[in-house]
Amino acid sequence: MNRFDYVRAGSVAEAVAAAAEPGAAYLAAGTNLLDLMKGGITRPTRLVDVTHLPGLDRIESLPGGGHRVGALVRNSDLAYDAGFARAYPAVAEALLSGASAQLRNAATLAGNLMQRTRCPYFYDPASACNKRDPGAGCDARGGETRLHAVLGWSEHCIATHPSDLCVPLVALDAVVEIAGKAGSREVALDAFHRLPGDAPERETVLEPGEMIVSLRLPEDAAAFAGHSRYLKIRDRTSYAFAVVSASAALRLEGGRIGAARLALGGVALKPWRARAAEVVLAGAEPGEASFRAAADAALAEARPSGDNAFKIELARRLIVRTLTLAAAGTPERMPALPASAFADGSALHA
Amino acid sequence: MPDIAYEQARHGSSIGQPLTRRDGILKVTGAATYAADNRPEGLLHAVVAVSRIARGRVTHLDVAAAKGHPGVVAVMTGANAPKLAQDPDAKDNPFMFRLDLLQSDQVRYAHQPIAVVIAETLEAATEGAELLAPRYAVEPARIGLDVEAPQEPDAVGAGDKARASRGDVEAGLAEAERRIETVYETAAQYHNALEPHAIVAQWDGDRLIVDTPSQGLGMAQMRLAALFGLDPKNILVRSPFLGGGFGSKGLLSGPQVLGVMAAKLVGRPVKLVLRREQMFGPVGHRAETRQTLRLGTDASGALTALDHHTLTATSSFDDFYEPASALSRYLYAAPAVSTGHSGVRVDTGTPLFMRAPGEASGSVALEGAIDEMAEACGLDPLDFRLKNYAEAEPISGRPFSSKALRECYAQGAARFGWDKRAKAPRSMRDSAGRLVGYGVGTALFPALMMQAEARAEIRADGTGTVALGAHDMGQGAWTALAQIAADGLGIDLAQLDFQSGRSDLPNAGIAGGSAHTATAGSAIHSATSAVLAQLAELATGDERSPLYGAGNAGVFARGGRLLRRDDEGRGESFADILARAGRASVSAEGKAAPDSASREAYAMHSHGAVFAEVSVDPDLGQIRVTRLVGAFAAGRIVNPRLVTSQYYGGMIWGVSFALHENAVLDPRSGRVMNANLGEYHVPVNADVPAIEAILVEEYDPHVNPLGIKGVGEIGITGTAGAIANAVYHATGIRVRKTPITLDLLLG
Repeated sequence: MNRFDYVRAGSVAEAVAAAAEPGAAYLAAGTNLLDLMKGGITRPTRLVDVTHLPGLDRIESLPGGGHRVGALVRNSDLAYDAGFARAYPAVAEALLSGASAQLRNAATLAGNLMQRTRCPYFYDPASACNKRDPGAGCDARGGETRLHAVLGWSEHCIATHPSDLCVPLVALDAVVEIAGKAGSREVALDAFHRLPGDAPERETVLEPGEMIVSLRLPEDAAAFAGHSRYLKIRDRTSYAFAVVSASAALRLEGGRIGAARLALGGVALKPWRARAAEVVLAGAEPGEASFRAAADAALAEARPSGDNAFKIELARRLIVRTLTLAAAGTPERMPALPASAFADGSALHA
Repeated sequence: MPDIAYEQARHGSSIGQPLTRRDGILKVTGAATYAADNRPEGLLHAVVAVSRIARGRVTHLDVAAAKGHPGVVAVMTGANAPKLAQDPDAKDNPFMFRLDLLQSDQVRYAHQPIAVVIAETLEAATEGAELLAPRYAVEPARIGLDVEAPQEPDAVGAGDKARASRGDVEAGLAEAERRIETVYETAAQYHNALEPHAIVAQWDGDRLIVDTPSQGLGMAQMRLAALFGLDPKNILVRSPFLGGGFGSKGLLSGPQVLGVMAAKLVGRPVKLVLRREQMFGPVGHRAETRQTLRLGTDASGALTALDHHTLTATSSFDDFYEPASALSRYLYAAPAVSTGHSGVRVDTGTPLFMRAPGEASGSVALEGAIDEMAEACGLDPLDFRLKNYAEAEPISGRPFSSKALRECYAQGAARFGWDKRAKAPRSMRDSAGRLVGYGVGTALFPALMMQAEARAEIRADGTGTVALGAHDMGQGAWTALAQIAADGLGIDLAQLDFQSGRSDLPNAGIAGGSAHTATAGSAIHSATSAVLAQLAELATGDERSPLYGAGNAGVFARGGRLLRRDDEGRGESFADILARAGRASVSAEGKAAPDSASREAYAMHSHGAVFAEVSVDPDLGQIRVTRLVGAFAAGRIVNPRLVTSQYYGGMIWGVSFALHENAVLDPRSGRVMNANLGEYHVPVNADVPAIEAILVEEYDPHVNPLGIKGVGEIGITGTAGAIANAVYHATGIRVRKTPITLDLLLG
């Protein structure tokens, strides 16, 4: 671990100023950053501790509809906020399917957006990784790739973004509110994370020193509350990253799908909004035929990046399942095993 | 002998009682002292630097940079490491493994220790180790079972025969009505007890005190004596509690010895604790296997031949071959049985004993093959197992000392509801439409005996002491052995001072092979019997005693008194006997060892039957074990609560074996790519189903004086196979590798 400065910021302006220099990183709960530092994966020269900034730990209901969630709101606080969970049940379900209870009690909203990939080659300093060391190459190619990307990857990086939370958020058109030296701006979450292209080291659109201050759910997001699910396929029932996950949100109008939102996790270096599938679903009758067509549309561009072709078929089936469950209606209570295929006793097929 | 033991136990108040752990409160309040909790005056911290390549040489270490870091006291490399009295590459017996103690610049596996940094703080030592920035001359790693032409080893496991057979398997297969050939693969698993290997070492001249988790105090003491040229009497090894051992702490590992070397180098006490990722290399693992089974049956479904061959891997520099085929020597009746092993050498650390070594991996393959053969015969899997029930050990032909396996099958099947199993695969569903499957596996683990010593004493105040260097690795030795000790002395547990967990007590052997309770318990029985014999001598030979003339064999002990067998109303307290004799105490030593005559005459094993129910999502492949019922017969049960816990632990490892555990090595680098507990999966609570363990009654007059068999390892066997068979029954997809992951079930 290199030597680094530690700065505790007293205001957002102070934080942004302190983080403007190259090599600075924001520190919130540190559930990912500190592990990366201990492993020598990242070596920030300055940590700007934002955990004491006032006002960033609030969940607000906005006057015209929608919610604003402060960057420092803990995962568990957000999941168990009754008003928020009622409005965005799939977001709550995604939150409770992530990490472990201990981590959820510490990890923050903004930290979840900023978490790094779990690609084992990224975490292994002895492996070549373009994300860690631009231009070094990618040892994941030709290596152990069972969990790697099937959408949006490039020759330079085949990693995935590990977030559960971001998947329903991107489906619901969440907006990231950002503070920087030059003032505030906002970016749609869907445009916040970057695909690897030839610069996988640049993971988000944040400019140096910019900081997430909050996240906004727009007015119409709660309109999907009655038909929203998040489903996560994983190798064990808890404390595992998604092999593939999906979030589906539907507005049903007179027996037809008025509007549909669909996003996938674990398939790409960003939470993957499946807009082509949404087009297929809009106006369609809910049912296996339209759900399958949507799944095909969502995966039309998919291609394996290694030993992971199964994820494409799995994602298709998961989309069908998630849409089926969403169409059947959001469960009244949070399932005992959130986001699990074994979550409840409801029938698997429409 | 057995009669006396049973007599005592019947009258005793402790053996057979489901007592809670005597050390439970210490543990849940954090008061139990584990090795790394020791902080002697002047303690320094040592951190191991490990290799990031799997094969080659270390060409440079920046020792100056590490030494220059504030707080770093010393950097131990091959250049300045204390000279050892024994070559770490020496190997005198199968229980002695070659250790990496900085003896050369050669790298033989990833995560091999290449230097040790000793500092005033853990942080400084950690940073110092980082600053070493090793450079290497890299050679290509050799990884995987196909890396070279396999060779037949001289021995497998701990000196077991690589090959054993009876009858003509080829003829048996040729004459068979039906035959199958099937190949199963099991993944490598790495030792990851919750407590990593840790040591606190203190030198005082030529005396050495080490606090370190050990499943074999005496062997640790002897190895340290040999390595450092010390009189064993000058070495004290303390290990009151282990945070899990599972075989990885039976023999000293290299990093533990490095802690002792570091303390010697700096002349101050040193603590060395492995980081989690450092567990993936120098402390042993269960090697991967590829097992080929060929089975044949006659028209009735009786086996005519069983051939079980295991291909496995050992390290490039030492020999430990997973004895996975050995199980087929013990379990199913067939006129012709052949078992063999072959191995390749790869650039990993040396594999080692891991809970049910051989049996665990072998059981998955054998139980799968048996299931396949049953189906080929059109028989119910349980009926097929009963049809091929071995009345005598298949290869040796010896009768079993006891074998209540039929009762295990019957009680387990009844409790589980096996009769509700639909015959055809993929024909059972739950109310939500998920696929449901039932599977069965037979469990077996040999009932071993080793050697142990114990000391016992009864004092004039009626209290007693039993002392031996036994090992509590979580299984409950502090409780179970104390129960045997209390009954052995005929006193209440509250009157017993039970001493254990130190090498300066009588050598209790090793806690391994599921034999610790049997072995240490037998030594305790021997010592306590000898003490009681002395007391009886004092009493029955003295005409002032109410026991006068009863004869040694005519009395027994209970509640701190000797009583006449033929008239329990006549007795005398220990205190009175000793007072009249003018003695402050009587004491004796006892020993236990396998009885070679009975072991030649009888085959000795614990048995069991495990029934699994799984639920599989038909579209998504997600598997969930929903029920496990195990019925086990293991001779006398000393403490049913602890034994049940041992069965649960084993069965949960069976879940892990079947569905989760898998060390993923990059074949190019030889590094374990999931060397952390986030990604090296073991089951979480939510993966553990409703588990039930049935303790099936079994009386064994041959196995040892107390009739105790082992319970520590058997729970894994049978379970993983039962789950795999249930997955097949649920889905109709036979996955012949573990772990079974959802991608293999997408169809």
